[in-house]
Amino acid sequence: MTLDPHSPGVRAATDWDYAPAPESAAIGRVRDRYQMFVGGSFVDGGGDDLETLNPATAQPLSTVSTASVADVDVAVGHARKAFEGSWSRLSGAERGKYLFRIARSIAERARELAVVETLDNGKPIKESRDVDIPTAAAHFFYHAGWADKLQHAGFGPSPQPLGVVGQVIPWNFPLLMAAWKIAPALAAGNTVVIKPAETTPLSILVLAEILADADLPPGVVNILPGAGDIGKALVQHPGIDKVAFTGSTQVGKQIQRALAGTGRRLTLELGGKAANIVFDDAPIDQAVEGIVNGIFFNQGHVCCAGSRLLVQESVADEVVAKLQERISTLRLGDPMDKNTDIGAINSAEQLSRVTALAATGEDEGAVRWTSPCPVPDRGFFFPPTVFTNVSQSMRIAREEIFGPVLSVLTFRTPDEAVAKANNTPYGLSAGVWTEKGSRILGVASALRAGVVWANTFNRFDPTAAFGGYKESGFGREGGRSGLAAYLNTDDEGI
Amino acid sequence: MSDDSEFAESGDRLAVAKTYKLFIGGAFPRSESGRTYQVTDADGHFLANVARGSRKDGRDAVSAARKAFGGWSGATAYNRGQVIYRIAEMLEGRRAQFVDLLRDGGEGQPGPVVDAAIDRIVHYAGWTDKLAAVFGGANPVAGPFFSFSAPEPTGVVVAVAPQQDSLLGLVSVIAPIITSGNTVVVLASQTRPLAAVALAEVLATSDLPGGVVNILTGDPAEIAPHLAAHGDVDALDLTGAEGDLRTSLERSAAGTVKRVYAPPISDFGRVPGTVRLRAFLETKTVWHPTGALSLGGGGGY
Repeated sequence: MTLDPHSPGVRAATDWDYAPAPESAAIGRVRDRYQMFVGGSFVDGGGDDLETLNPATAQPLSTVSTASVADVDVAVGHARKAFEGSWSRLSGAERGKYLFRIARSIAERARELAVVETLDNGKPIKESRDVDIPTAAAHFFYHAGWADKLQHAGFGPSPQPLGVVGQVIPWNFPLLMAAWKIAPALAAGNTVVIKPAETTPLSILVLAEILADADLPPGVVNILPGAGDIGKALVQHPGIDKVAFTGSTQVGKQIQRALAGTGRRLTLELGGKAANIVFDDAPIDQAVEGIVNGIFFNQGHVCCAGSRLLVQESVADEVVAKLQERISTLRLGDPMDKNTDIGAINSAEQLSRVTALAATGEDEGAVRWTSPCPVPDRGFFFPPTVFTNVSQSMRIAREEIFGPVLSVLTFRTPDEAVAKANNTPYGLSAGVWTEKGSRILGVASALRAGVVWANTFNRFDPTAAFGGYKESGFGREGGRSGLAAYLNTDDEGI
Repeated sequence: MSDDSEFAESGDRLAVAKTYKLFIGGAFPRSESGRTYQVTDADGHFLANVARGSRKDGRDAVSAARKAFGGWSGATAYNRGQVIYRIAEMLEGRRAQFVDLLRDGGEGQPGPVVDAAIDRIVHYAGWTDKLAAVFGGANPVAGPFFSFSAPEPTGVVVAVAPQQDSLLGLVSVIAPIITSGNTVVVLASQTRPLAAVALAEVLATSDLPGGVVNILTGDPAEIAPHLAAHGDVDALDLTGAEGDLRTSLERSAAGTVKRVYAPPISDFGRVPGTVRLRAFLETKTVWHPTGALSLGGGGGY
């Protein structure tokens, strides 16, 4: 708290400092060391231990045993055995009850998981607490109900599981991505070998405790911490029937190439460069909130982030001015503080990527604006940044930055907005802000993107399919179409 | 008829043979390469010279398919259904021609096969206005939002038609692709291309907008690799590409994350499921706030 030097003893009227409101790190019960979860047991892997950092402090948080390539083989073996044994002998109803149990346990340990997530990932506690963990529980709860109703999902009278599923997930929503992958796979009757991201292995290993406590049969879910080489060994393992990957488009292409000719199923959830389109009749203040949420949620580490703001020329100055004013009030800093809006960048590598890409914005002639917010002197932080005078050819308008960096472009007509929005190889998401109903529906239908948020942004729900067009990947997660990604529906006809 | 009739005795007349050409953008061009190859019957007797399509023909066909995509995908489902049904009507009218073609080509059971092909088109004509209801719907999300998911066509699909089943296989590949609003470039059976070219004539008289279906004859192994790597192609149907060709096409597809449908060899006599329809559908989810109920009991709208 600071005092106004001109009025001793009286707090300045414009002083918006908050008292610190830190969540207790002790709730996370972070241990010194974690092990892999294979065949129902916590075991040491053949790989070197990895040290996972708290990105907000750059200090070591814990140590995790990692898998070797030989461990991948062992884990796939356990998953196969479980698929052919205990798991497939269960009725859908019993399978579903395991998933319900898991959903409940996640909710019971929600605050602990939120703290672990924030310490390991760097995202603000209010996001891990209010979005990541509750949505992860919701995914298990939703899919639990499908397990004994697959014949009603619209894919023929007796859709079958695919077998052993190999899954690789990213570091931006570690537990939520685990839930998106594991819950539908198990509901459909598959077994799983999953690799978390190298920088965020902890929350899924707490989930492993929950799976063990739920008495999930051994081998149904196997968790292999490790780096890219383990992910590669997993997706290319001949004992895998289906691969599900969330991550960069570059790695997604490598996986698709590697699986060519194998007949194995593949779904890919890749990068994005979403347009958030603001028309001149939009409720500007609401739109500003949506723009902020669209790009600064989770530090912009979101594949569907609204990283390209397309604003109609007639309101561009007003929108940008209000946006900068609003962004200036965002609180950057300790992710464990309940008042923090923007936490830490997940890793030093990601911070340098964001920094380098943002630098190209200036080099290519865009005008850079940075929030005046104070930046902590340790840990990995990047202040909210807005580029104006951006043209479509600039790298900051074309490439996924995956950080708190917004590129502002303008348009005059709805057709121009749609053309610019679609002018990208990506097609994951988009936003539309207007009070005109026909414009919402018309633009939503013209956008080549898998999710369109109208007068809102970044909404997720297990009942609503999520996934990309074009180079943002194929297959869906959530809803019936997400379930189809884990079912063999070939036998129903030609 | 009098003795000076101009009608020749049937046995004396020389039949007018057809020039078999490509079908691109609703027109029937020859291959830009000028190349042809000979098609023979099962006994090796000459049947026809057929255009041997080139890489450039393939690119022209992709351009035509892309140009047609907006109109076809934007047409009402009812309209698409009517157009596809019209294809069945036109095929029925030429039933005898197709039976002869299949018989000449040495394919078994030509009559029932042509009947099945006609019925298959009718089957898909009835799907156009069911897809959105069957594979989409409202999402009961946990919040004050209206959210719905609806299937949309993927875009331009390149299909390698089955090499053996030259009519029913071809129809079974094309119909589900265009039913949902995709457009297609299809590479016909190399050894049995005549039914495909005849089908192009059916399509050309079926109110189907030019470019929705484009048919190339020639060597799939020559043309398909270029199309599998083509940046404006969204998806591949590799029903008729097997072995190493299939693998290399799948590998090329990864360059722009194309959707690939590569099924085991199909028995096209079976009842169609929905796998082929779903292979080239995207799901789009749209969200909009509904306004939450306020604590006072009034609406937030």
